Amino acid sequence: MLSAIEIEKITHELQQVPVKKAACIEALKIVQQERRWISDESVADIAVILEMSTAEVDSVATFYNLIFRQPVGRHVILLCDSISCYVMGYTGLRQRLNEILLIGYGQTTPDERFTLLPNACLGTCDHAPALMIDDDLYRDIQPGDLEQILEKYH
Amino acid sequence: MPIINIDNIPYEVKEGKNLLEACLSLGLNLPYFCWHPALGSVGACRQCAVKIFKDEQDTRGKLMMACMEPVKDGMRLSVNDSEAVAFRGHVIGWLMTNHPHDCAVCDEGGSCHLQDMTVMTGHAYRDYHFSKRTYRNQNLGPFINHEMNRCIQCYRCVRFYKDFAGGKDLDVFAAHNHVYFGRQQDGTLENEFSGNLVEVCPTGVFTDKTLKQHYTRKWDLTTAPSICQGCGLGCNIIAGERYGSLRQITNRYNGAVNGYFLCDRGRYGYEFVNSKDRIREPLVVHAPDDKANGLPVLQHVRNRMKPGKMIGIGSPRASVESNYVLKELVGEHNFYLGIGEIEHELIRLMLKLLKEGPVRSASLQEAAAADAVVILGEDLTNTAPMMALSVRQAVRRMPVENAISNIHMPAWQDAAVREAVQENKGPLFILNVVETKLDEVATGAYHTAPDNIARIAFAVSHLLDGTLPEVTGMSDEGKQAAATIAAALRGAKRPLVIAGYGGGSEQVIRAAANLAWALKQQGADAMLSFTVPECNSMGLEMLGGLRLESAVDAVLNGSAETVLILENDLYRRLDLHTANQFFGHCKEVIVLDHLHNPTTERANIVLPAGTFAEADGTLVNNEGRAQRFLQVLSPQGSVQESWRWLLQLGDICGHTHLRSLLHYDDLLKAIAAKYPVFAGIDTITPPADFRIAGQKIPREPHRYSGRTAMLANINVSEPKPAEDGDTALSFTMEGYRGEPPSSVIPFFWAPGWNSVQSVNKYQVETGGSLHGGNPGKRLLEPNVNGQTKFYTNIPDPFIPVGGHLLLVPLYHIFGSEELSIHTPGIAQRMPAPYIMLHSEDARRFQVAAGHLLYFMDNGHQYALPVVINDTLQKGAAGIPVGLPHMQVAEAPQLVKI
Amino acid sequence: MERPLTQHIPDNGAALHLREYEAVGGYTALRKALRDMEPAQVSTLIKDANLKGRGGAGFATGVKWSFVPMNVPGPKYLIANADEMEPGTFKDRWLLEGNPHQLLEGMILAAYAIQATDAFVFLRWAYKDAAREMRRAIADAYTAGYLGKNILGSAFSLEMQLHTGVGRYMCGEETALLNSLEGKRATPRAKPPFPQVSGLFGKPTIVNNVETLCWISHIVNNGEAWFKSLSYTADGGTKIYGVSGRVNKPGAWELPMGITMRELLEEHAGGMRNGYRFRGALPGGASTDFLTDAHLDVKMDFAGVAAAGSRLGTGTMVVLDDHTCPVGFVHNLEHFFAQESCGFCTPCREGLPWTEKILWSLENGTGEPADLELLERHTRLLGPGNTFCALAPGAMEPLQSALKYFREDFEQHIKEKKCPYAHHQH
Ligand SMILES: Cc1cc2nc3c(=O)[nH]c(=O)nc-3n(C[C@H](O)[C@H](O)[C@H](O)COP(=O)(O)O)c2cc1C
Ligand code: SF4
Ligand code: FES
Repeated sequence: MLSAIEIEKITHELQQVPVKKAACIEALKIVQQERRWISDESVADIAVILEMSTAEVDSVATFYNLIFRQPVGRHVILLCDSISCYVMGYTGLRQRLNEILLIGYGQTTPDERFTLLPNACLGTCDHAPALMIDDDLYRDIQPGDLEQILEKYH
Repeated sequence: MPIINIDNIPYEVKEGKNLLEACLSLGLNLPYFCWHPALGSVGACRQCAVKIFKDEQDTRGKLMMACMEPVKDGMRLSVNDSEAVAFRGHVIGWLMTNHPHDCAVCDEGGSCHLQDMTVMTGHAYRDYHFSKRTYRNQNLGPFINHEMNRCIQCYRCVRFYKDFAGGKDLDVFAAHNHVYFGRQQDGTLENEFSGNLVEVCPTGVFTDKTLKQHYTRKWDLTTAPSICQGCGLGCNIIAGERYGSLRQITNRYNGAVNGYFLCDRGRYGYEFVNSKDRIREPLVVHAPDDKANGLPVLQHVRNRMKPGKMIGIGSPRASVESNYVLKELVGEHNFYLGIGEIEHELIRLMLKLLKEGPVRSASLQEAAAADAVVILGEDLTNTAPMMALSVRQAVRRMPVENAISNIHMPAWQDAAVREAVQENKGPLFILNVVETKLDEVATGAYHTAPDNIARIAFAVSHLLDGTLPEVTGMSDEGKQAAATIAAALRGAKRPLVIAGYGGGSEQVIRAAANLAWALKQQGADAMLSFTVPECNSMGLEMLGGLRLESAVDAVLNGSAETVLILENDLYRRLDLHTANQFFGHCKEVIVLDHLHNPTTERANIVLPAGTFAEADGTLVNNEGRAQRFLQVLSPQGSVQESWRWLLQLGDICGHTHLRSLLHYDDLLKAIAAKYPVFAGIDTITPPADFRIAGQKIPREPHRYSGRTAMLANINVSEPKPAEDGDTALSFTMEGYRGEPPSSVIPFFWAPGWNSVQSVNKYQVETGGSLHGGNPGKRLLEPNVNGQTKFYTNIPDPFIPVGGHLLLVPLYHIFGSEELSIHTPGIAQRMPAPYIMLHSEDARRFQVAAGHLLYFMDNGHQYALPVVINDTLQKGAAGIPVGLPHMQVAEAPQLVKI
Repeated sequence: MERPLTQHIPDNGAALHLREYEAVGGYTALRKALRDMEPAQVSTLIKDANLKGRGGAGFATGVKWSFVPMNVPGPKYLIANADEMEPGTFKDRWLLEGNPHQLLEGMILAAYAIQATDAFVFLRWAYKDAAREMRRAIADAYTAGYLGKNILGSAFSLEMQLHTGVGRYMCGEETALLNSLEGKRATPRAKPPFPQVSGLFGKPTIVNNVETLCWISHIVNNGEAWFKSLSYTADGGTKIYGVSGRVNKPGAWELPMGITMRELLEEHAGGMRNGYRFRGALPGGASTDFLTDAHLDVKMDFAGVAAAGSRLGTGTMVVLDDHTCPVGFVHNLEHFFAQESCGFCTPCREGLPWTEKILWSLENGTGEPADLELLERHTRLLGPGNTFCALAPGAMEPLQSALKYFREDFEQHIKEKKCPYAHHQH
C-alpha cells in the first residue's frame, strides 16, 4: 500500500503530464525515495494509480540503473568505474571498500548499512576518482580516505 | 507504379510499401526478424540490410535497413552486394552469441524462422567462444511454453501482444543484452490471443504447450486446410495429424478473414478430437424383442425407422452437407433446425437483413479497416473473439490516418506512427448490458438493458436521418449517449455496426440494421456485422428448417416417433424439463455425434460422426462466406462424416435422390443446384479429380519421415496409405510440390522457408490476398438497389419488475463453446457457474457475493452463486451460457426470484 | 579573452542567483527579444551566427530550429539536454551549478523562437547540486515573471519543469530522452520523423545541449559578428574544454573555439604529471577517436578534429598516459557502452558485450591473434547507419583508433599472454 504522502506526491506529478503513463518514472522515484527500493508490491501499487499494467511499470522500472528492484542498505555507495576514474585508480577504492565492508558489487552489508554499486561516470572527471554515497559526492578520493568517509553514515 | 532497380534489374513495385515488403512481394529472399506484415517495421534487428545507392554514379552505396526505407521511383539497391550479404551474416552471428543452438530439442526446429534466416544468410561458422547468458523460464499457463534462452530480442512478441492485441501481462524487462520477454511474474498469459505468440515469435521462445504433450515436427505432420469450429467467424486453420491423433492447430492465412491470427479458443480447443469420450463405434441399445441383433448397423437403423413418423434435427455445428443430407433423407417437412427458439429467431432475422438490406456484411479484415464502430449488445471478446481483435485495429484507424498526414510517415512505420497517435482512439461505442473487455478502448461504453440499447440505436438513427422515427421518453443519459454517438459517426467514412446473438434481442438486431442503413443513406460506406454462435449457424439457417419447439410438439403429440439427431446435444438447446419430456416420448432416437453427451445417453442408436478433423465439409460464417474444411485424420474405428452415414442410410432406404450422390462432388453439386443461396458452393475448392501436372496435392511435406516405420511395431510391411476419393488432396507426401490453389493449401512451405513466415510466398503482396484470391465464397450480398425499409417499431424502455429479474446471457471464450471445453487447457480457464447481479438487486433479494440465489424456470429450480457487478443493468441478472453442469435457462427472459 | 558563458560563475562553485544574474545583464536579452524581435528573427539570428550544437554532433542549432513547423496548433516542446553521462565529460555540470539562469534565459529565448509551450530540463540524476540550483532558479524565474503566463507582459507564455533522470546513458540520446520523459524505457526512435516534427508526445520538439542553450542570450544581446569574433576559427564562439587523466591540473576552461590540443594540455592542464608520458587522448569524451602526440597541434574545433580523424564531441578530453594500459583503457570504455546499450538493436546489444569480452580476454592473457581481426570487424560492422542509434558507432571510435595507434600493445598482450602493464588495474 502506498502511503498518503506517496499518493499525494504522485497525484501531484499526474497533474504535470498529458497522459498518466508519463508519470511512471516520477512515481518510481517517489516511492523509492520513501522506501529505498521498489518491491513487487510497489510496482503493482504504482500500476494501479497510473492505470498501467504491473508488467508495463516493471518494464520501465527494470530498465533504469538507479531504480532498485532489490532491497538496498540505508546508504548506497556508487563508485564511479568509468574512464577517468579508471585511469586515476578507482580499482584501489573498490578493493579498499571490499576490505572494509566485506561486500562486493551488488551486495549489502549484513547490518543493512551499505550497498555497494558500480556507477557510470559521475561527471566529475577532473576530480577522479570519485564516488557518491546517497546524495553526497566525494572527489579526489584515495583508498586511505574511505574509512573516515564511511564513518559519517550509520 | 514506381520502378526500382534491384541488383540492376528494374522491377515495378507498389507505391507506399517499404523495400523489404517490395523484395518479398517480388519473391526475393531477404531475411528479416523484427518486421511482421501485420505489425509493421521498427528497424530493431538490422537483419534486412541492403545496399542503397544514391544514383547510377554511386558505386559505394550505404547499408540501410530495407524495412525502414520507403520505395521511391528510380531508386537503386542491391540485395546481393557483398557488404550487405556479409553484414546480414554477422547479424546472425551476433544473435547466435547467446542463442543456445538447441534446435535438436527445440519444438520450433524445422519450422523456425531463425533457422531459415541463418541458412539464408550463410552464417555457418562460430567466432564467438565465450559463455552465453542464461535465463530462468516462466510457467505461462496451459497454452504456452517459455524458453527464454532462445530469444533473439526481435520485440515481435510484445509488439503483437501489447500493441496489437491489447494484452497487459507480457512485456520486456531489463536492458542491454539482458532484456527479458515474459510476464512480470509466473502465471497464465491472460490475453485471449496469446497463442499467436507461438507463430509471431521467430524462434522457440514461445511454443505450443499442447503440441508438446504429443510433439511432432512440422515436417512429420499430415496437415489439411480447415475451418475453426470455435465460433461463427470461420477463421481459417491448418489442422495437423500424426499417428491418428490431432496434434496442433495453426493459423491458415486468409487475407479476408483471420489474416495472420487466431484466438486461443480456436487454436487450443481442438483436443476434443482426441478425447477418450469419443464415440468410435456405433452403439445400439437393443430392445428385448429385437431380432435384428448382429445385423450391420445401418440395416438395423432402417429396421427401426418408422416410415412416415421420422423427423430429423439438424445442427449449427454440423456442415452444410450433413444438414442437407439429413433434410433430404427425412424430407423438408420433417427437418428441424436444432437450435433454441430465441437463437432461431435472431439468426433468421440477421439473414433476412443481410439479404434484403442495402448494407454489406463486413469480413474480419474489412471490420479492422472501419474508422468508427458501434457495438450493440455484444461482448465481442467472448462471443466472436477475432472480431474483437479487428475492432482493436479499427479504433486506431482514424488517429493513424491523421498521424500519417501530420508527420508524413507511412503506416508501416510502426513506432513513429504509434508515437504520433499516442493514446488517441477513433470512435468506438459499446452498448451492452454489462461492461465488456473492449470497453477499455471505447470512446463511450453504456451499460443498459437490450431494449434500451435498441432505443439508443434508434435514436442515433433518427439524429442521422430526421425522417426516421424519434424515440420518445428517453432518459437524459440515453439522449446524451445518442447525441455523442451520432456526432462521432457523422464524420466516419467506413462506419461499422456490430450486433449479434450475444444480446439475445431482436430489437437490438433491428436497431443495428436501421443504424447501418441510415449511415449508408448518409453516404458513408457503412458495414454491418452480426455475430452468430456456432460455426455453421448461418449455413443452417440458409438451408432452412422448422423450429425445434415444433419438433418437441410433434413428438409429444405422437406425429413423430423416430428422431434422427445430427451432431447436436439437445440438452444445450432445451431446458431440462422439456428435453426430458421430449426424449421420454420418442420411440427411437438415433444420434450422430463425436462425443458422449446427455443426448447420446438418451439414444437407442449412436453413430460415430467425424469431427472437422475427420471430415470434409462446408461451413458458412457470420459474414455469409462459405468455406471448406478438409479431412486430416484417417478416422479410427467406424468414424465417418455424418453426411456419409446419412447418404448410406438413404441408400439402404432406397432414397433415389440420395442414392445418385456417389461422390462428394455430386453432393456439393446437388446442394448448389437445389438451393440458389448455395450457388457456387461446389466451386469453393477444386473438384476431386483436380490435378496439377497430373498430380494430387500432398497433405504431407516432402520431408515427411518415418513413414515406413510408423506402424512397424504392429506389422513390418507398410500398410497401403489411405486414399482420398473426395478431394484433390492425397494423404501422403507424394504429389505436386508447388503451390496449390489457395483454398486447399495444407501447409505453408517454400524453399528456404520452413516456418510460418513462408506465407509471404503465397501472397500476391505481403499481407495481401493469397495467389488466386482468398479462399471461400461470399453467399450473401446486400440488396443495393432495393428500397430500404426502415424499422419504425421502437421498443419500450426496460423497467425492472418487482420480484423479478431479467435473465441475460453472458458468454465466455473459455467455457461457452460445447466442444472446446473438452480440452484440458480450456477447461482449466473456464469459470465456475454463477449468477451476476447489481449490488442493489443483491440487496433487494438479500443475497451477497458467494450466496446461492434460487429461481424457478419452467418447473426447474436453479441455484447459482452470486457475483456482484455494478456495471450490470439494474433489474437484470447475468447467467453464463454453456458451462458444463449449468442447466439451460432461456435468456433473455424475465424470471421470478 | 572573453568568457561569456562562465565569467560570472563564482570561483567557489556557488551558483549565481537571480538578482546577481540580473545585475550582470541577465534577462536583458529576453526583454529585448520579447519587445523587439519576432520569433523568426531569433531563429534567423542563431542561424546566421552558425552556432553549432555543443552536445557532441555539432549540428547547426538555427537550422535545427527551422525544421519546427510553425503554424500547427497544440503544444510544442523545448528540452535542455542536461543528461551529461558521456564518460570523461563534465562541462555542463559547471554551467548548471554555476549559472542556472543563463540556461533558463537561453531556453526561454529558444522556446520563444520556436513558439514552444512547455520546456523541460532533463537533468542527470547524479547532479544533486545542479538539481537544487535549477529548481530554485525555475521558481525564482516564475516569481519574477520570466516564466509562466504572458512573460514580461508579452503574449508569450511558457511552462518549465525540471526532470531528473534515473540513470541510463541512453537518456542523453535525444529521441531516447523523449521516451524517458514520456515515462517509458529510454530506447531511441527512428529518424525520420525527426523530433522537430514528431517529438515529445508526438508533438514538435527541440532538444539542445545545455552549453548550446547557454549561448542564446549572449548572441541575442551581442549579435552574430561578436559571436564569431570570439573564436580562433570558422566555428564561432568559445567552447568549454576539459582535461582529465594524469595531468597536473585537470579541469575545465572556457576558451576560444579552435585552441590547439597542445595549448590545452600544456598551458591549461599544466602538462603531464611527473613520470608520466602522454600517449594519446580522446578529444571529446568516450565516444571519440584517439588523437596522439602527432596531433598536438590540431585545432580543437569541429572541422579541425574531424580532419585529424576524430570528433570534437563534447570537447572534454581524457588523457591516456604511458602507465595505463591502452587495452584496459578501451576495455573500460567498452564495458560502459555494453552496459549502457538499451538492448533494442542487434549489433549494439550483442556486438558490444562481445568486444568487451575479447578485450577482457586480452587483458587476462587468454587472447588470440584472431581476436584483433574480430575487434576490427566489429569496428566496421557497428559503424554509423548499421545500428539503430549513434551509441554503438560512438563506442567503436576509441576502439578503432586504439587498434590503429596502439596496435603493438594489443599484440604484446597476445604474445605475452598477459597485460604487460605492471600496475594494471581493473
Ligand atoms: C548515446 C548518446 C548519448 C548522448 N548523450 C548526450 C548528453 O548526455 N548530452 C547531450 O547534450 N547530448 C547527448 N547526445 C547527443 C544528443 O543526441 C543530441 O544530439 C544533442 O543533445 C543535441 O544538442 P545540440 O544540438 O545542442 O548539440 C548523446 C547522443 C548519443 C547517441
Ligand atoms: S521472445 Fe521471440 S518474439 Fe520476443 S523478442 Fe524474443 S525472439 Fe522476439
Ligand atoms: S526486419 Fe528490418 S531491421 Fe528488423
